[in-house]
Amino acid sequence: MVELTEILQLSPSVALRPEPFGALAYHFGNRRLTFLKRPELVQVVSSLNGTDPLKDVLQKCQIPEPKWDVFTKAIASLMKADMIHSLSPGKTSQKEPHND
Amino acid sequence: MTETLTTVRPTGGTLIEQFEFGLDAPICLTWELTYACNLSCNHCLSSSGRRDPNELTTKQCEDIIDELQRMQVFYVNIGGGEPTIRPDFWHLLDYAIAHEVGIKFSTNGSRITPEKARLLAATDYVDVQVSLDGATAQVNDPLRGEGSFDMALKALTNLAEAGFKDAKISVVVTRDNVHQLDAFKTLADQFGATLRLTRLRPSGRGADIWDQLHPTAEQQRELYDWLLLNGEGVLTGDSFFHLAAYGEAMPGLNLCGAGRVVCLIDPIGDVYACPFAIHDRFKAGNVLDGNGFQEVWQESELFLELRSPQTGGACSSCSAYDSCRGGCMAAKFFTGLPLDGPDPECVKGHSEDALLDPNRVIPLASQDHSRASARKNSGPIPITISRQVPARFCDEDPLTESAALNSVTT
Repeated sequence: MVELTEILQLSPSVALRPEPFGALAYHFGNRRLTFLKRPELVQVVSSLNGTDPLKDVLQKCQIPEPKWDVFTKAIASLMKADMIHSLSPGKTSQKEPHND
Repeated sequence: MTETLTTVRPTGGTLIEQFEFGLDAPICLTWELTYACNLSCNHCLSSSGRRDPNELTTKQCEDIIDELQRMQVFYVNIGGGEPTIRPDFWHLLDYAIAHEVGIKFSTNGSRITPEKARLLAATDYVDVQVSLDGATAQVNDPLRGEGSFDMALKALTNLAEAGFKDAKISVVVTRDNVHQLDAFKTLADQFGATLRLTRLRPSGRGADIWDQLHPTAEQQRELYDWLLLNGEGVLTGDSFFHLAAYGEAMPGLNLCGAGRVVCLIDPIGDVYACPFAIHDRFKAGNVLDGNGFQEVWQESELFLELRSPQTGGACSSCSAYDSCRGGCMAAKFFTGLPLDGPDPECVKGHSEDALLDPNRVIPLASQDHSRASARKNSGPIPITISRQVPARFCDEDPLTESAALNSVTT
């Protein structure tokens, strides 16, 4: 699970491709394709800059607080897939082995 | 981004519903590099054999790769014919990888020497699929040609010895090999490879033998049960979504992706709706015309038509329609069935009468690259079609769906 205080960053191995429904994220290392089904989620993921805590990013993207839970769950799934890394001390993402 | 769509895309909904309206770029693109092939498989989807004199040049292929990189098509499935026959194959492989376009290529194995296997093992971002249609030479060779079983096993051995990880063994499921599913799995395990099963399509030379070779109704059920038990570790390229009408969803999208999430570029640059539909009816344009592939993908009349809401036609009243979506467009077309009716292998048996109709007309082929000896039926039969070797669709693993994102392993 991800904490709202964590500082996150999109993996440098991941490219986002905009699509009408949101975006498609591709991880060049483990070759996973992930579909981000909501434009708001794409906005949040694109705004993870490696300096601001997640809470600030959600606020900046004007995500209403009752929805934060849904977004943190989605972010946590993306972290599990090595798409997003945590830069917070002690929270370094566990990278999955590359499936080459 | 979506202005060109003729119908308004819904917001929200499932990912599948979104996919039906198409994407800005394909998820899964098949590119047949050549129609030349050293084999003459009886079921070749592209009726390959002879090289087309208008085959794209190396420079034209590089331009396509540049465009795919701009469109963020992250990988392509390369096939043929036998793609490694092109003298510039290894150059194009390097070129694509250097431009962030990953390659999965299909081969009969004939040119995967120990040296090439080592080269592949040392290359990141490349995947190899070796075609094999029998777990024994007795079953494989009558379909793919004398010696082709040994050729494929030699390639798999070379890859394994070179340390190439996780090659794919690509099998077209037929009436003759469906009893070997366990044997194929064992074979794949022996080579540290992944088994990939795809559906026999009545496309290309496959039209000539489909009646005799497609799995029987009982065998389809056997295949379905086997996939439910073993599907986790087996790729299917979304091939068998027509079997979802038995009750359980099959691995993959369970959607006809033609012109929506997949398409095919052929050796001369023609763009078709899917790897199983090389026919003028499904030709959307050519990458050399106008503004190239992007324009064809995003604006061709055919693709816009395929992305507009489809009706279930004769299938709409069937309880299974939501599962199978009427099955495979190409399979219907090449067996002369209506596109808005049931799949020729409809598991509910709804196409049986239509298949027995003496007035059923099999469409004439638009092209044929077979060598003269390769056609079984050369008489005045209204058949002859076209298209590819083991064409993978989106040769990918299950797509799981959660509230906000979906994921599929490629």
